[in-house]
Amino acid sequence: MSERNPPIDGPTGSISGSEGDDELRFRDPEKADALADRLAEIGDELDDPPATVMHVCGSHEQSIAKFGLRSLLPETVNLVMGPGCPVCVTNMPEVDEAVALAEKGVTIATYGDMLKVSGTAKSLDDVRSEGADVRVVYGTQDAVELAEDLDGEVVFFATGFETTAAPTAAVIRDDPPENFSVLSAHKYIPPAMEIVAEMPDTEIDGYLAAGNAAIITGHGIFDGLVDRHGLPVVVGGFEPLDILAGLVKLVEHVRDGDQTVENAYPRCVTRDGNRVAKEQLWDVFEAVGGEWRGIAHIPNANLQLRDEYAEYDASKRFDVDASYLREQSGSRLLHDCICGDIMAGAADPTDCRLFGEACTPADPVGACMVSSEGTCKIWHEYGGRPDL
Amino acid sequence: MSERARDSEDNDERVTLTHGSGGQATRDLVSGTLAAGFEDAPDSLVGLQDWDDGAVLPFGGERLVVTTDTHVIQPPFFPGGDIGRLAVSGTVNDLAVMGATEVRGLTSAVVVEANYPRRNLERIAESMSETCREASAPVVSGDTKVMGNGELDGVTINTTGVGIAEHVTPDSGLSPDDVVLVTGTIGEHGISLLAEREGIDFEAELASDVQPLNGLLGTALAVGGESITAMKDPTRTGLAGALNEMARKSDVGIEISDERVPVTDDVTGAGELLGLDPYQIANEGVAIMGVEPTAAERVLAALRDHPKGENAAAIGKAIGDYRGRVVLDTGIGNRYMREPSKEVVPRIC
Repeated sequence: MSERNPPIDGPTGSISGSEGDDELRFRDPEKADALADRLAEIGDELDDPPATVMHVCGSHEQSIAKFGLRSLLPETVNLVMGPGCPVCVTNMPEVDEAVALAEKGVTIATYGDMLKVSGTAKSLDDVRSEGADVRVVYGTQDAVELAEDLDGEVVFFATGFETTAAPTAAVIRDDPPENFSVLSAHKYIPPAMEIVAEMPDTEIDGYLAAGNAAIITGHGIFDGLVDRHGLPVVVGGFEPLDILAGLVKLVEHVRDGDQTVENAYPRCVTRDGNRVAKEQLWDVFEAVGGEWRGIAHIPNANLQLRDEYAEYDASKRFDVDASYLREQSGSRLLHDCICGDIMAGAADPTDCRLFGEACTPADPVGACMVSSEGTCKIWHEYGGRPDL
Repeated sequence: MSERARDSEDNDERVTLTHGSGGQATRDLVSGTLAAGFEDAPDSLVGLQDWDDGAVLPFGGERLVVTTDTHVIQPPFFPGGDIGRLAVSGTVNDLAVMGATEVRGLTSAVVVEANYPRRNLERIAESMSETCREASAPVVSGDTKVMGNGELDGVTINTTGVGIAEHVTPDSGLSPDDVVLVTGTIGEHGISLLAEREGIDFEAELASDVQPLNGLLGTALAVGGESITAMKDPTRTGLAGALNEMARKSDVGIEISDERVPVTDDVTGAGELLGLDPYQIANEGVAIMGVEPTAAERVLAALRDHPKGENAAAIGKAIGDYRGRVVLDTGIGNRYMREPSKEVVPRIC
């Protein structure tokens, strides 16, 4: 046996098949320290500290929290998480629709994170314990296979940003079984970044954009945001050193007042992204306006199936009326939940009076405590922004 | 009382698996129900209110340690052990981490389901007696009950143990600067159980670490004596739960270096695949100890010389800051090491 975390060579810590693997070590403590020092230097050169930078991805928050990156940041740099958890921004009426379908006797297939997210009155987990057929799947393909195995109707309650919307699109184009349809709660992040940038309680000096979504969309997608809002955007990867390096570049741009997009994840992200995936995505989906839970109505940020694919659109296939659910009352604790403010970067989980007390991962109130990508769940797990 | 607690009182509250986690939910349930009416022995040195691994009572000038544990593990036969070995080791280890490394006597109470294969019972009994020999622990009394088919899932074993401690090593004994040691690799019991139960066949050979530790801890106490200030076995709530409990009860902070905690590559890999943090996973053959800095190296060397302690390591120290909390140095930055907040794996012990 060898000791765990020889800080670098963990199973996911290195990429093999390339020479000079020192270059490819993403968890090197010395490099992390050097980047942290650099960040402090740049921070000291800021005209108007602190620089508040927002990332918009649960995987970023996971890595930041797990490796304790916030403890390395100087006081001049404030790193907050925005609306980066697709499960968390799924609106209650969207959950209601899935709950109503399940209560109608349709099999609902969805990601495990979605189960405990409450709608107006209840969650899919609630109706499952009352006898509805709700299955957890790990991907769109699993849902298709489930439909092949079952005689009845299977509805895939689809959530996620571009990274999961692209595979949903691919499956729909690939002639899925007749009893398969999709209830789309897919979201598109760039318009949400624009809205959040302008929210009155949110002061953002720059964005660290999610490398995984940008693999599909390409970093060119952020040009418009930079033009319209005058903010720098840096696309970053997910290893601790990727994030620190991305932050160094981002805070440099903030210091210099640059309005630019920089790609700090060039080993995966290109300007144009994955053309095939993009074509499939926009062939199947169109972006329409919709409410993001607790945040705002956001134009062009909900992905809805186009009319050409209406036969696979569960909201059209079934005459779903979820209005009866809105007449039932949910947990009164939900009124105190500040998930929306947290996702808009205007509050921290620790500002919520429910956090860790009435709201825990075992017994969550808001969606941010449900999903493994939710800020509250992650802070509860790893301690959030410790004064360490 | 929280609103949530009031809400649940309005409902018809039931016991959930979370209440069996060994963490805060268990404490809430037990203190509100089962332990609510018990009166502690007036002269106990470590008693019910201490929530430690066992009680310590004055006994004719000596310190008598008493502990009890019921084992419900599923499956009862698993890689690296079985419910019999677990039932003996669990109680022997609870005595040992209180400082009673010489077992004066064990009791064994077995409840078995009708229709249970007699052969399995023989295997369990054989394993229990073998483990008793390994621990030099005599079984001095026993009880056997049979329940109807379907009234119990197979077999349940309770063991109670008594021993004498020359020097008591409670959870609450840490002082700032004490070095924190672990006696072996972390996470094996929980990860291997879950892999077995989920039918996941890893190429890696995962096996439970279940074993009696009284010999190993006796050696350490012989070398370290009173400079060993605290001991605990990180069972249900894992290393993270045990360290947090020690930090709270001792009113110290604990600083742990991630890269010094011994975890096998197999456990790390399986944990990543299963989405489980090895620090939050049960162990049945490892102990944590706090040692005064002057004796730490001596005790660590003695542990490593013992066949059950060759992977022992100094993983951190108690500190005066961050009282009641555990700080993890990840090698990159620092964060708190949290306790598991729910039952990640039920029926693990």
